[in-house]
Amino acid sequence: MVVASMILSALLFVVGTLGVLIRRNAIIMFLSIELQLNAVNLAFVALSRVWGIEGQIFVFFVMTVAAAEAAVGLAIIISIFRHYETVNVNNFNLLKW
Amino acid sequence: MVDILFYIFAAVAIGSALGVVMSRNPVGSLLFMVATLASLAGIFVLLEAHFLAAVQVIVYAGAIMVLFLFVIMLLNLGHDYQKDLKWGAFSVLSFIVVGTLAGFLARALGAGSTGDVMSSAGGRSIDAAVSEFGAVGAIARPLFTTYVVPFEITGILLLVAIVGALVLAKRNV
Amino acid sequence: MHAILPMLLTGGTAALQAGTEAGSQSGAGAFVPFLPGLVVLLPLIGFVINGVLALLHARASAVAVRNGGELDLDGPGGRPLTHTLPTWVGPGVVGLAFLITLVNFVRMLGVHLEEPVVRTYWTWIDTGTFHVAAALQLDQLSMVMMLVVTGVSFLIHVFSVGYMGDDPAYPRYFAYLNLFVFFMLTLVMASSYALMFVGWEGVGLCSYLLIGFWFTDREKADAGKKAFVVNRIGDFGFLVAMFLLFSRFHTLDFVPVFHGAAAGLAYGGGLITAITLFFFLGATGKSAQIPLYIWLPDAMAGPTPVSALIHAATMVTAGVYMVARSSVLYALSPVGSATVAGVGALTAFFAATIALKQYDIKKVLAYSTVSQLGYMFVGVGVGAYAAGIFHLMTHAFFKGLLFLGAGAIIHSMHHALHHTHSHADAQDMRNMGGLRKYMPITWIVMWVATLAISGVWPFAGFFSKDEIIWQAGAFGGAAHAPYPRLYTFYWILALAAALLTAFYMTRLMVMTFHGPNRTGTEESRHLRETPAVMWIPLVTLAALSLFGGWINVPEKLHQSFLGLFGALPMGEWMHHWLEPVTAAAQQIQATHLGAVSESAPFGGGEVLWGVVSFLLAVAVIAFAWRMVGSRKYVPAEESPADTGFARVLNRKWYVDELYDTIVVRPLKSTSRFCWKVIDAGVIDGIVNGLGYLARGLGWFGSLFQTGTVNTYALILSLGVLVILGVVIF
Repeated sequence: MVVASMILSALLFVVGTLGVLIRRNAIIMFLSIELQLNAVNLAFVALSRVWGIEGQIFVFFVMTVAAAEAAVGLAIIISIFRHYETVNVNNFNLLKW
Repeated sequence: MVDILFYIFAAVAIGSALGVVMSRNPVGSLLFMVATLASLAGIFVLLEAHFLAAVQVIVYAGAIMVLFLFVIMLLNLGHDYQKDLKWGAFSVLSFIVVGTLAGFLARALGAGSTGDVMSSAGGRSIDAAVSEFGAVGAIARPLFTTYVVPFEITGILLLVAIVGALVLAKRNV
Repeated sequence: MHAILPMLLTGGTAALQAGTEAGSQSGAGAFVPFLPGLVVLLPLIGFVINGVLALLHARASAVAVRNGGELDLDGPGGRPLTHTLPTWVGPGVVGLAFLITLVNFVRMLGVHLEEPVVRTYWTWIDTGTFHVAAALQLDQLSMVMMLVVTGVSFLIHVFSVGYMGDDPAYPRYFAYLNLFVFFMLTLVMASSYALMFVGWEGVGLCSYLLIGFWFTDREKADAGKKAFVVNRIGDFGFLVAMFLLFSRFHTLDFVPVFHGAAAGLAYGGGLITAITLFFFLGATGKSAQIPLYIWLPDAMAGPTPVSALIHAATMVTAGVYMVARSSVLYALSPVGSATVAGVGALTAFFAATIALKQYDIKKVLAYSTVSQLGYMFVGVGVGAYAAGIFHLMTHAFFKGLLFLGAGAIIHSMHHALHHTHSHADAQDMRNMGGLRKYMPITWIVMWVATLAISGVWPFAGFFSKDEIIWQAGAFGGAAHAPYPRLYTFYWILALAAALLTAFYMTRLMVMTFHGPNRTGTEESRHLRETPAVMWIPLVTLAALSLFGGWINVPEKLHQSFLGLFGALPMGEWMHHWLEPVTAAAQQIQATHLGAVSESAPFGGGEVLWGVVSFLLAVAVIAFAWRMVGSRKYVPAEESPADTGFARVLNRKWYVDELYDTIVVRPLKSTSRFCWKVIDAGVIDGIVNGLGYLARGLGWFGSLFQTGTVNTYALILSLGVLVILGVVIF
């Protein structure tokens, strides 16, 4: 089951990456990133069966950091929305120059 | 039995994940995400990580997803079904890249040994700790002893995140 | 004024006689040069003064023209500056230089000079192993050249005062003329090949400046350019020879080079042959021999005194002087000498054929010059160096006289045609005829020169030309001569050219001075003799053409009736005078060639052939007189064009057209190719292409800068993919 979990984790990670690449809605992009994090969590948990409890502790920290990051990121998106009236990343192209 | 459940949960997880990425409605994406998280929690249970399964449901699916939902509601998204999926050459390229990545990762991660990996050394130590201290204690013990410094720093991190979120979300700073 | 000259001549010959005898007797006492540097410096000062005057004049003219008028010659900045001062400065400095040269000459007469006297003034080049000093060398050969250059230049300067008197660019003319004399003197007085080359190039420059003197006329400017470019080709040969010489001797000074050559160089070796041939290439450019003579006929576009000075008396003789100076080198190389003599003989004959059918009086004289230069090269080529220099001197007299006479004629013709505003060509002989009635003095002196150049006894040309022809046979028939039959061929060519010379010169005289006048009734009323300032130099040169040959009568002739059984003064004076200079070469000749032949190629001694050539010359003159005199000529505009072989001769054997096809056109198309294809296409293409490439790369790079996060995420993923791929596989 560990090996199968690893493969599942890989597939979920890849789906998350796909979401980051092809979605233009900033919030959904963010959600895809969370999906990626979850995939990694799965990998850690699966491997904790092989190498000890440290895996699960790390997952603990990952979740915490994910929560903090989600809070701050969404706050940023809200403040951007106030300026642009949209969360479509195509409009946030100040990086072009 | 365990294997069948595992495959059911895995299928749901992947299906929901695809739903997250492909759904037009942001709320739909979010709900699919919740489904993914739930099935992942189920897999955690199957992997004998009970505490984490609970935390996953409570914190991740319960709090973080709700946060996302609130933001979506706040920004009043989902009404204009503006095409926000990028089709075209770019997405083709993305699919290719992602597919290749999947292949690599699957190959790398899946190259494991046959046999009952669940009961290797790590698994046995976890089982021993669980039976001695309980599921919560098994995690809490190392967390407050060996890894107390990261734990405290994480606390500070959360504090910083709160302050940052508050500042950013204020209307006129 | 007229009485002084004969007195000078008789007194001078006496002094020369005494000087030589005294010198050969005493042999003691050193030769102390008298201000030799001043001889060279004086013309330079003249150039500076006249140059400043020319600049002032040009400035004043420009101001006047801008104010809508012409320069007022009677006002300030007028006649005193533009005419009076140059008139005195121009000829004056050259005259002074001539006097100083005379003093040096007299001093040298009293001393038997074995080795040249070298006066060093400063070090010019001093780098590593290459040292060249600014030094002047005074020996018998340079003295002869100095006398010819300063003397004839002075006479021509005086003539120019009259000829160019009406020209607005009068001071500029004298500035250039003085500059030329300066460079020519540098050339003949230099003590090393490097300094000689300075003079060599300088006279080429002055030739360009003076040929294109009336540069507003495109043809004349082009003629100047042609002269300079063709000269340059020859200069390349000179330079290569200098390089070869330096590589062997590590010095370019005459004294050490000639000593070293006589002692060390292999006779007939590859190095010496190469050196002599390359030097001769330079000489063909400077002295207008085949293949680089083409500039000299075109050079007639310049003022006639310039043609007289530069293209008859001095500059073109630089090549002959150079070969004579390098007599040691040429004596060491039979191939080089044979080439020199061969090219000279061929040129002499070839140019004479062209002169037969030219109608422009100056062109006839130009080709005649080319032909006579060929004679000089035959002389120095076969090994008779003194004979070549002797002919150089007599040629300066009679050719200078011919050109000045032509100048006088053209001056009068211009004057006459100007009165009726006719556009007829003042230089075309078909527009002349019967001028002896109007210009008697010119007529007489031109006949003196014609007899001299045709080799009629007792004029100067008889002795110099005949000696060269004789020496060609003598050296060709020497005991161990390398190419006897070749030299016989040269002998025949020289003889034939002499006959052609007599013919075309007589033709010139008959068409110009005899027969009916074709200038036109109205114009001919204004034909008159030139002013004194112009005919006095003519008469002086005529006297020199008559008596000048008597200073070098060959011994055999001197004893015979041709030398009035020894009554003619001085015998082989020049030959003896130049002996210290040519001794080294003569020794080499004696060693390798053996004794020279005593009879001509087809038999007969020197006296016999002297008489034969004299009779032949007279016969040709008489024949030409009859033939040309009986022709009916019409003015140039009405004359029919020549046909057939005459046309070929008139169009100078189409040599210019040939050069145009095989040299000029390919060069032009090559340079066009280099310009259009290589420079504009390839090189600019590469540079521009790099610019385009940069632009293209930039455009391509800009595609990635969309500004959206998705793109950057894709690139990120790609990077991760690559790294993973590397790690996994």
